[in-house]
Amino acid sequence: MGHILIKNLSKDFVDRRRSNRPPDGSSPKHRRVEVLENLNLEFQEGDLTCILGASGCGKSTLLRIIAGFDQPTSGAVYQNGRQLIKPSSDNIFVYQHNGLLPWMTVWQNVELGLRHMEEGEAKVEHIQEYIEMVDLEGFEHHYPHQLSGGMQRRAELARGLAVNPNMLILDEPFSGLDFLTHMKMREEVVNMHQFFQKTMIMVTHNIDDALIMGDRVVILGDRPAQVKLDQKLEFEHPRNPEVEPALQELRDEIFLMLGVSYAV
Amino acid sequence: MNINNKPLFHAIGSFVAIGIVWHLISVYSGWSAQVFAGPYEVFAALWQLTLDGSLIKHSVASLFRVTAGFYLAIVFGIPLGMLLGRITTLRLFINPVINFLRPISPLAWIPLAMLWFGIGDMPAIFLIFLSSFFPLVVATAVAVRSINPVYFQVAANFNFSRYEIVKKIIIPATVPAIVVAIRLSITIAWLVVVAAEMIAVQSGLGYLIIDSRNALRMDYVMVGMVVIGIIGLLLDYLMRQLGKFESASWGFHAR
Repeated sequence: MGHILIKNLSKDFVDRRRSNRPPDGSSPKHRRVEVLENLNLEFQEGDLTCILGASGCGKSTLLRIIAGFDQPTSGAVYQNGRQLIKPSSDNIFVYQHNGLLPWMTVWQNVELGLRHMEEGEAKVEHIQEYIEMVDLEGFEHHYPHQLSGGMQRRAELARGLAVNPNMLILDEPFSGLDFLTHMKMREEVVNMHQFFQKTMIMVTHNIDDALIMGDRVVILGDRPAQVKLDQKLEFEHPRNPEVEPALQELRDEIFLMLGVSYAV
Repeated sequence: MNINNKPLFHAIGSFVAIGIVWHLISVYSGWSAQVFAGPYEVFAALWQLTLDGSLIKHSVASLFRVTAGFYLAIVFGIPLGMLLGRITTLRLFINPVINFLRPISPLAWIPLAMLWFGIGDMPAIFLIFLSSFFPLVVATAVAVRSINPVYFQVAANFNFSRYEIVKKIIIPATVPAIVVAIRLSITIAWLVVVAAEMIAVQSGLGYLIIDSRNALRMDYVMVGMVVIGIIGLLLDYLMRQLGKFESASWGFHAR
């Protein structure tokens, strides 16, 4: 199940960069940088939550802790009441790019999470089903470098969904895609979410993505990250902020919150 | 049609040109064939040594020593390099030692090698091992350290065991770099075997050269050099074929 509770989560790390050397030339104090401080958040089962925030506000750190790749300094993440401490195939992380293993074909990548499934027709059909779901039939035996950027992301989604996880964690999954591919991927992720009803937590820089896709949008403020806005989005799909005044209003509010304006 | 698509054409052209210059020097320089053998003398000697079987015997002896020493270097060097690449503490202990030993020419080990292993194949094999061991360790360690950390996260995400991490992440991720390292270090190994054979053994192409020098047969000396060059070319060609396997070549397309 994919209910996630984040309780009093703090994370700091030691900044060892040279640029922190004080101007008088004395030895640098290793400054502890607080990325997250006493963060409390809850993600409901089956929700697609979009997290927005300025660069470097700690969104990615938060995702990495939820995935179990990173340990918090204090506080904890609970999944359905049990503390989440290490990565597992229950919570699949989807990367910005290069998340596929480049020495494996699409088929072998999708098979990664199904290694312990009994060899046989059922397994072959299962893999084929997920590859077809993301429209990659015919590319089963291609290597990632032989695919376009959009196809690579779709293959990674197929790999993640094929293990039937509780939750997908998406870290700017559309970055680096061209405009049309971006729009297509966005539609595809929403379709998958409606079909599988998995909990999805997605970090994005794109406000429209958050407004169009999310069941809920969370805005994190600058370091240490604090929740500045937590808004449910109860609009039916297909959604278009251009014709939905409530969404437009929300968009302006978010722009203001992030310190920019849409109109120039 | 572009002539640059046929590299063999250029190679043959260069060798023919060198042969002509070589011939002209041997004819017009006034040096005797004992001092500077011309291409005809050398090819006659090559033919003669091929017919009596000694050339094959010496080549096989040298290749055997390279193969044995090089396999040992691969068997010990690559796993050690992987450990150094993954375990920071071990790397901090071992790296200074390797960097200290690495610049010592394998040839400097000849006296000790003869003392420890006596006369025969063993000291030569030991020197070959030394010559390729360090480059392989260093190249493997660097390759392992530069694996994209995302791949280890994927492994953790899909519950890989330690064994699976080695087999499905570390080995395939480093194969392209290791193939390049193997190609470079087999060239060094081939350089060293000839030098080693000039001292400790009674066979091999190095022995052929030093023995012919003692008999003042410069034509045989040059046959030895020519064959060393040809075998070196073939080794490099074979190693380059290794890099063409799909599993080894992903690294040249990705990124």
